[in-house]
Amino acid sequence: MGYIISHYWNELVQGLGYTLLASVIALFFSTIIGTMFAIFEVLPNRLMRVIGRVYIEIFRNIPLLVIAMFFYVIVPLYIAKIDGFTAGTIGLTLYTSSFIAETVRAGIQSVDLGQMEGARANGMTYWQAMSKIVLPQAFKIIIPPMGNQFINLVKNSSVLAFVAGFDLMYQANSIASLSLDTINSYMVVGLFYLVITLPLSYYMRHLEKRLAN
Amino acid sequence: MQNFIEAYSWVNIRFLLEGLWITVEVSVVSIIASFIIGSLLGVLRYVKIKYLSAVVGFIVDIIRNLPLILIIFFTYFGLPHLGFKPGILFATILAMTIFESAMLAEIVRSGIMAVDEGQMEGARANGLSYVQALWHVVFPQAIKKTIPTIVSQFISLIKDTSLATIIVLPELLNHAQIIYGQNSAYIIPMFVIIAVMYFIICYALSVLSRVLDRKLA
Amino acid sequence: MKKLTRMLAALVGFGCLALSLTACGSRESLSKQDVLTNDRASNTITWGVKAETKLFGLMDVKDNQVKGFDVDIAKAITKKILGKNGQAKFVQVTSQTRIPLLKNGNIDAIIATMTITPERAKQVDFSDSYFDAGQSLLVKKGSPVKSVKDLNKPGVKVLGVTGANSVANIKKFAPKAKVLELSDYAQAMTALKSGQGAALTTDNGILYGMAVQNPGYTVVGGAFTKEPYGIAINKGQQPLKDEVNKALEEIQADGTYNRILKKWFGNVAGFDYKEAAR
Repeated sequence: MGYIISHYWNELVQGLGYTLLASVIALFFSTIIGTMFAIFEVLPNRLMRVIGRVYIEIFRNIPLLVIAMFFYVIVPLYIAKIDGFTAGTIGLTLYTSSFIAETVRAGIQSVDLGQMEGARANGMTYWQAMSKIVLPQAFKIIIPPMGNQFINLVKNSSVLAFVAGFDLMYQANSIASLSLDTINSYMVVGLFYLVITLPLSYYMRHLEKRLAN
Repeated sequence: MQNFIEAYSWVNIRFLLEGLWITVEVSVVSIIASFIIGSLLGVLRYVKIKYLSAVVGFIVDIIRNLPLILIIFFTYFGLPHLGFKPGILFATILAMTIFESAMLAEIVRSGIMAVDEGQMEGARANGLSYVQALWHVVFPQAIKKTIPTIVSQFISLIKDTSLATIIVLPELLNHAQIIYGQNSAYIIPMFVIIAVMYFIICYALSVLSRVLDRKLA
Repeated sequence: MKKLTRMLAALVGFGCLALSLTACGSRESLSKQDVLTNDRASNTITWGVKAETKLFGLMDVKDNQVKGFDVDIAKAITKKILGKNGQAKFVQVTSQTRIPLLKNGNIDAIIATMTITPERAKQVDFSDSYFDAGQSLLVKKGSPVKSVKDLNKPGVKVLGVTGANSVANIKKFAPKAKVLELSDYAQAMTALKSGQGAALTTDNGILYGMAVQNPGYTVVGGAFTKEPYGIAINKGQQPLKDEVNKALEEIQADGTYNRILKKWFGNVAGFDYKEAAR
């Protein structure tokens, strides 16, 4: 293992960088998109609710790998030239946004209905009440599940390996083939993933406990 | 349009269905095995047997925090170093089971913790032993509470079987790749049909979970 | 409770075992058993073959069988070693999975467009070469890329396959280009069509097969390396290696080799099968 780490340090660090970059970008955009569709789902307008539902069900029920490959091989043919990293990150964003939408929706619905009514009775518009009263409370409730979504995001970013996205898993495959030392290569990359995900995971559990009390 | 008609020839559809069968086979076996093992591990994490629970907890945490693809590589390429040489199908099932058991262990543990402590005390006051109370009172409620989360985890499992295409498991995505690899006019028809196939299976499962949830509530 | 604990203890034990296995990652060969003896006893040789490489090993969707030059050579060698009723079993591999699978003993030998290289020869043994390939380029017809020199520019992307020798080579021949590694040749070809790279590089034999499948694409740049294909066998399996080499000689002497070569390469534009005949 020491040999792999010292000999392929540059590749590993590059992979770590791309994995983190893809995860952070995807987290940012999937939170925005996911929140948007979550709000769609709780709107009084029936059409919007249907749109929200359809979006979430589509991206929740198709494998991430299929979505990422779609953006890698089909989108460049007809829509826009995008490279593997971009295609993978877009796939990751859309896939994760459907899970975040579900989480946020549950958060919104767990905020007492009276809050919305009270805010509106005090002269706020629907959107003011939603953005100033309901969403801030919803986000506080969903911090732990959102943390879990981010951990999943980091793990799922390994699909970038299938679309030449230069992430950790891509480097792992490359290093394993170059060094011909399969197990140690994947062990090292496993450690790199754990360095990101384990602390996050323990922190989330700590947070969960604190919020519960 | 012509592409779609040619792409969905019986030969191709049959080949895809063979892939779908492998996907279903891996999914069903892994779901059953990981539900049993995951529940046991979850209970074990909760009851706090000295050392044992800590060790289990540590292993579960490690597995939970690794990408599934790595676990697949470990079972397919790593296990033979122990003298156990799984075939590709078994290696995939094993990887899915190990990974999903760890994920479920965490879900079950938090489910048990969410069941009111009073339940356990009440059951024990009624003369049940700790194990009886856990098994007959607390555990069933914990499962009931976590059904939507568990089913959503199983849906992820079904979708994630597609990752095994990297070790050439002849599952649905792999068979679609073989077809469009030989005739690129079929790329879009293949993506459409496998997306629909995955969607139908996963969506059906999520509808089932909602019905189950409502019935039990 | 005792039963439960015991069962869980066993599970935990398994977990620890799994961990320690990956932790130590022992490199020693799994069994000191003689593969040839086992194969004779079971009357079967298990070969690792490609399933996404036209002409060498391609999955036939109609009957779920892998077909190609490598597969036919493997069958002919099997018959020579085990006799007329010898069975050849095929396991699908990619450039990435073939060496670990061989070393782990999932397969007895690799016949999968595999170049004999000094680095690989440290890990596995090779038979005598059974096919002479050379690395080349596949591009869209009318592409400005005419040779490997045209790729040696910053910003140019070249497609290859993880674990293929051609990926290591192209980094030497066109160090300024960015190499994108896909998981197998079907994926690499699809990526080329989607415009993810200016060219796909690997051995000409494989590229000719792709050009046959995809009429809008052509092989350019000539062969800029020599890629002799060998059959890979685990270290310490000298008897099997000797038998394979003997069988290779026999099928070349009795015309079987040329018949198989003609069957797969007789009508491939740009490939002179007579020159490759042995």
